[in-house]
Amino acid sequence: MRYIQEDLVMKRMNKRLISNKVWKFIFFIATSFALVSLGMLLYRIISQGIGFLDWEFITNFASRIPENAGIKAALIGSLWLMSVVAPVSIILGVSTAIYLEEYAKQNKLNDFIRMNISNLAGVPSIVFGLLGLTIFVRLFGFEKSILAAGLTMSLLILPVIIVAAQEAIRAVPNEQREASFGMGATKWQTIVRVIIPAAIPGILTGSILALSRAIGETAPLVVIGIPVILQFLPTGYLDTFTALPMQIFDWAKRPQEAFQYVASAGIIVLMVVLLTMNSIAIFIRNKFQKRY
Amino acid sequence: MKKWQYLTSTALLSSAILLGACGGEKDESSTSAETQTEQAESGSAQISGNVVGDGSSTVAPITEALVEEYAAVQKDVRVAVGVSGTGGGFEKFINGETDFSNASRPIKDSEVEELKNAGVEYTEFELAYDGLSVVVHPENTWAKDLTVDQLKQIWIEDGTTKKWSDIDSSWPAEEIVFYSPGSDSGTYDYFDEVILDGEDIVKSATLSEDDNVLVQGVTADKNAIGYFGYAYYLENKDKLQVVTVNGVEPTNDTIETGDYSPLSRPLFIYVKNSAIKDNEATYDFIKFTLENAGEMAEVVGYVSLPSEKYDESLEVLEGLK
Repeated sequence: MRYIQEDLVMKRMNKRLISNKVWKFIFFIATSFALVSLGMLLYRIISQGIGFLDWEFITNFASRIPENAGIKAALIGSLWLMSVVAPVSIILGVSTAIYLEEYAKQNKLNDFIRMNISNLAGVPSIVFGLLGLTIFVRLFGFEKSILAAGLTMSLLILPVIIVAAQEAIRAVPNEQREASFGMGATKWQTIVRVIIPAAIPGILTGSILALSRAIGETAPLVVIGIPVILQFLPTGYLDTFTALPMQIFDWAKRPQEAFQYVASAGIIVLMVVLLTMNSIAIFIRNKFQKRY
Repeated sequence: MKKWQYLTSTALLSSAILLGACGGEKDESSTSAETQTEQAESGSAQISGNVVGDGSSTVAPITEALVEEYAAVQKDVRVAVGVSGTGGGFEKFINGETDFSNASRPIKDSEVEELKNAGVEYTEFELAYDGLSVVVHPENTWAKDLTVDQLKQIWIEDGTTKKWSDIDSSWPAEEIVFYSPGSDSGTYDYFDEVILDGEDIVKSATLSEDDNVLVQGVTADKNAIGYFGYAYYLENKDKLQVVTVNGVEPTNDTIETGDYSPLSRPLFIYVKNSAIKDNEATYDFIKFTLENAGEMAEVVGYVSLPSEKYDESLEVLEGLK
């Protein structure tokens, strides 16, 4: 007598194998849907824009003649913008995360604060634009300056950085904190010498991804009223400027078809900036990551 | 251990320097503004200063061409112009944020009132002519010529779904598809005033601030109708069919002479009087604008005013100085 009835097993096995294959196929389609759209987008933009992409495109100001149009003012403007957004949002964001994770007590008020920070991360960017217009542009009188736009963008990405930094700090094993306290270290020493070093890959990765979002955001800049027609570079933080997404948006609206290609070339520049930032994030993560 | 300390200290240091630079900048910019006006008063050929403008996206191509040309003449005058639409531009003009505002329609009474309350005195100049072009799909063989009344009948909201046959019984019984500029644009306001007579536009209309969306919409649908600035029609001439209004086709001639009525319209620039008086740079840029607007308008697809009109405007400008 045999304990395993092979026919029966094979019969059921087939059914399972088939259902496995079907599901595998469905999931594969789901994955390729995103990949195919990304591929199509890249193909379209690169095939349209590559013809206009040369050194002059980087070093020229915008022009009414598509062949002479360049992205200099927008590219430099975006870099200036980032020089405000990066320090302001990272310093404020990481400090908030340290406070919430290491100092704040578990009570209703702090739960309320935590919940609202997560909610803020979901507020549409145009709302932050209106906030920036009212507070930084009009109330503080910064006008349409790099400072006003930079502070608005910092507010926009602050919740994302806080949440990422909180996650990173929370991921530090509790044993490490306890070991540090056990050795007689104070709380401040523990935070500075144990927790932050362990959390820094996560914090920086989250921050740079958030900054990448800030560099591509258009809506807050439109609401603030950042100009698009200018032929000079900013010389200080209270100067007005234009940014990459604004310039691309303006080109895409033009009647001449050639400007659509110029817009594509602008998108390529924006993508290169984004990819550079993301690769820095990956580099930092790999370099500083420690495994326990 | 050393690595991250190095990293954070660099980050902190660099941000401290950057933030420090922010604080210092305020004094610098205010003093430099003073020196700029001093330089301006001395009346040298090369001047410097800031000029800020905003307004209509229809006028923007002309302004861009002017700013580009002007930068070659006066390197140190920094002209920055936004494109928030006619209404958005006036809002900033009323708020005192800009020295001039581009508009594709005359200023509204309500805006005049608000400017008065804000104590902003301004002067209106005409820059060029535009002919609002009504377009249909190239395969549309029936609606080649429309009267103003027919246009109104087509575009107003009357609670029914509109078919071409409702306008003329010999036309196909197919639903009309509408494409119109967004309600913040001067183009919409102008069309609303001269064609719709203040009545509501059809609810089924697709409104877009991006005129290329309108062009694409009309090229894609045989039963579509849309309208936008003359420049967008010129660029897409081969893909669209323009409708003659009361038998007149929009061309440079008919727009300039005003035969293409009522859809030929002037494009405006509104300038703050005090900015012309106090800021040599604004005066100089507006002067340059009025001297070159005609040529630049033709280059980007609009119609130049007769040259006497520009001369008159320049005289008015001299009077403001």
